[in-house]
Amino acid sequence: MDRVLCLGIESTADDLGVGIATSEGVILANKRSTYTPEKGGIHPREAARHHSAQIGFVLEAALRQAEVGPRDIDVVAFSQGPGMGPCLRTGATVARAAAIYLGVPLVGVNHAVAHIEIGRLAAKARDPLTLFVSGGNTIVTGYEAGRYRIFGETLDIPVGNCLDVFAREAGLLYPGAPDLEKRALEGKTFVPLPYLVKGMDLSFSGLLTSALEKLHSGNWRLEDLCMSLQEVAFSMLGEVTERALAHTGKPGLLLTGGVAANKRLQSIMRAIAEEHGAKSYVVPLEYSLDNGAMIAWTGLLAYLSGVRTPVNESFIRPKWRLDEVEVTWLR
Amino acid sequence: MASIEAAPRRIAKGAEAELFLESLWLGKSVLAKRRLEKKYRVPELDKSLREYRTIHEAEIIHRAKEAGVSTPILYLVDVPCSTIYMEYVKGKVIRKILDELSTEKRLDFFHRIGGLVGKLHRAGITHGDLTTSNMILTEEERIYFVDFGLAELTREVEKRGVDLHLMEHMLMSTHYRYAEECFSSFLQGYREIMGEEATAEVVRKIEEIERRGRYISEREVLEDGDEQSKQVP
Repeated sequence: MDRVLCLGIESTADDLGVGIATSEGVILANKRSTYTPEKGGIHPREAARHHSAQIGFVLEAALRQAEVGPRDIDVVAFSQGPGMGPCLRTGATVARAAAIYLGVPLVGVNHAVAHIEIGRLAAKARDPLTLFVSGGNTIVTGYEAGRYRIFGETLDIPVGNCLDVFAREAGLLYPGAPDLEKRALEGKTFVPLPYLVKGMDLSFSGLLTSALEKLHSGNWRLEDLCMSLQEVAFSMLGEVTERALAHTGKPGLLLTGGVAANKRLQSIMRAIAEEHGAKSYVVPLEYSLDNGAMIAWTGLLAYLSGVRTPVNESFIRPKWRLDEVEVTWLR
Repeated sequence: MASIEAAPRRIAKGAEAELFLESLWLGKSVLAKRRLEKKYRVPELDKSLREYRTIHEAEIIHRAKEAGVSTPILYLVDVPCSTIYMEYVKGKVIRKILDELSTEKRLDFFHRIGGLVGKLHRAGITHGDLTTSNMILTEEERIYFVDFGLAELTREVEKRGVDLHLMEHMLMSTHYRYAEECFSSFLQGYREIMGEEATAEVVRKIEEIERRGRYISEREVLEDGDEQSKQVP
């Protein structure tokens, strides 16, 4: 079969990404432009405004990086959800327009599935248990009978959000979590913080509240708080992941999503994989944050297994759950 | 620590603890549950988690008995070694026999399990890890709850809701063929102990928990957006 090229647009939150993937599993382009809020967290409308202003440049840069023209594109994929409505809508609008203009099929991609698929591709992991952790998601999942089943997830806020908000309140550099990780290295004394695991599910909001209270009380060293917050949050992730790994007996453990960039979390996951005789995989940095390549690659997998999203059914799905997606390419 | 007369035999290793069967211990067949050290946790956190969970589990196993739920007899709680020595309950793990049961029998079991969970909740105990792997059926057809590792002493509707949510979630993921009918039997048994009103309250909570767990990014956006729109003129 001839090489098929898929262009993918990612716009679930603050990152606008365009990627181009081939049916041989090669990523030809992966370009990104990130909206940075002047103050506070991501404002969906402002982020969407950024995306619509930047999409032309990012598209052009991706095509240039891939050394292909618009007419070489065979499929257009876009992140259909879950995510922030205004941001999703911007990406979807561009994708629909591109598909109609080029006369090629459109494929809507689930953002969480894309994080798993790019991790599997880049790390060459066949059938891993996956911990997907980012600013918007905290999910322990694995493939079983046609779908990515959710073994554990957060009951309230995602772990990345917990770290980001703490970092922001502590006046650390935006986007927060990387600076928090650096400070944590200088932590010496462990500060007890609430540890909340419910069966296979997690809760981070109490941990965040307690950490913020301690931060504002001024009685604790910031570095110690950063270290302790990370340790508690990651130990919670470790416990649930370990249980799911023991339960499913999967041969590998894949760490994906923005928080996968954290070295401490990586070392915890490596230790757990080793303990259970599983191989440990970490998504490479360029694919850990939200990116267009993962949408392009997942869109391609879906397209090749027969999935099409007609333009008149391509509504965005801000609440689209990972386990609702039929994983047609793994059957 | 009391002396052990025969060499212990490890019979199970979970993610959190290992179980040893000690054939002769003051003349009894004894199960030792030892919580494992986790190298990936900082030592302070690791020690406090293991000790806390050991004491806590022992206390709750005892309280569950008072509430009318069959649990193993406790012999010794060795906190520094984070080990509980308890009765070895002989029987079959419910999860493993469910497929072999007749529909009627299965529904009866879930009806009884619902009642037992109701008794726990009524006594202010939430289980925290309700799965059919933690329940044992003895020869006399008594259902034992054997793992209270994540249980809590609380009367919060939230935590009761999480318990039932876990039960439903477990049914959907491991026994999906008959999940729905089993859960409704379970709820019936639960209702008989907890009453109509309290049950309805918990069921509402389950729905809320499911909504909350599911659509995180969306909810975050709304909160954030609201907060910020106040700052934007």
